[in-house]
Amino acid sequence: MFYLFAALTVISGFFVVTNRNIIYSGFFLLFTFFSVAGIYVLLGADFVAIVQLIVYVGGILILLLFGVMLTNKITNVEIKTGTINIYPATIGVGLLTGSLLAALINSSWLTVSTAAPEPTTKALGTMLIQEYALVFELLGIILLIALIGAASMARREK
Amino acid sequence: MEVGLNHFLVVSTLLFSMGIYAIVTRKNAILVLMGIELILNSANINFIAFSRFGNFGLQGHLIALFVIVLAAAEAAIALAIVLNIYKTLSTVNIDEIDNLKD
Repeated sequence: MFYLFAALTVISGFFVVTNRNIIYSGFFLLFTFFSVAGIYVLLGADFVAIVQLIVYVGGILILLLFGVMLTNKITNVEIKTGTINIYPATIGVGLLTGSLLAALINSSWLTVSTAAPEPTTKALGTMLIQEYALVFELLGIILLIALIGAASMARREK
Repeated sequence: MEVGLNHFLVVSTLLFSMGIYAIVTRKNAILVLMGIELILNSANINFIAFSRFGNFGLQGHLIALFVIVLAAAEAAIALAIVLNIYKTLSTVNIDEIDNLKD
C-alpha cells in the first residue's frame, strides 16, 4: 500500500514538473496531493489527511487553476510554457537529491516503536485550544489579513 | 521489508527535489508556485513521519496543520501578485519580467 502511494506521488510529481502544458501539470498536481494524503493516512495522521484533501485539493489547486485560466489568453488553445537552464538545473538537482538521499540513508535515526495509530482529531482539537491557543489565533489573523490583502490587490481600480 | 521511517524520508526527498527543479527551470510563475506547494508537502511528510516514528506526540501533526494554513495564505497572496503582474506587463514568464534591470 505504501509503495502504491509513494509511486503515485513521485510519478505524478515528475509529470507536474516536466509536462509542457500547464493544465496537465495542474491535474497531475491533483494526483500528487491525493497520494500525499494517502501517505498521511498510512502514517496515522487522519485529521491532517482530511485537511490536506479539503484545503489543497479543494482550495489551493482550484486557485492555481484559476490563475492559469486568468493569465493566459483565451484564444491560445494550447497553453504551453517553456523551460530555462535545463541542463545545469538537472545536474544541480541530481547532485542535491543524491547527497540528500546518501545523508539520510547513512544516518541512523533513533526510532521508537509506537503503538498503532488512533484517531487524532480530539487530541489535536484539545491541543489547539489549550497549549497552542496563541498560535491558533495568530494563524486566524494571518489568514484574514492575507485574504483581505489578496482581494484588495487583485481588484485594485486604476 | 517493513516500511519504516527511511521510506517516507526518501519519498519526501524526491518530492522536495522535484519542487526545486520546478522552481529553477519553469518559466511560468504559476508553475513556480506549484513547485513551492510540492516543497511544502514534502516538509509536511517529514514532520508527520518524525512525529509517527519518534516519540513526539502530536506536535508534528499540529505543525503540519499550521504549514497547510500558511500555504493557503501564501497561494492567495502569490496569485494576487501574479494577476497584477499579468495586468501590468501582459506576461507571467519570469525571465521576461526584468524591468528593474534598466
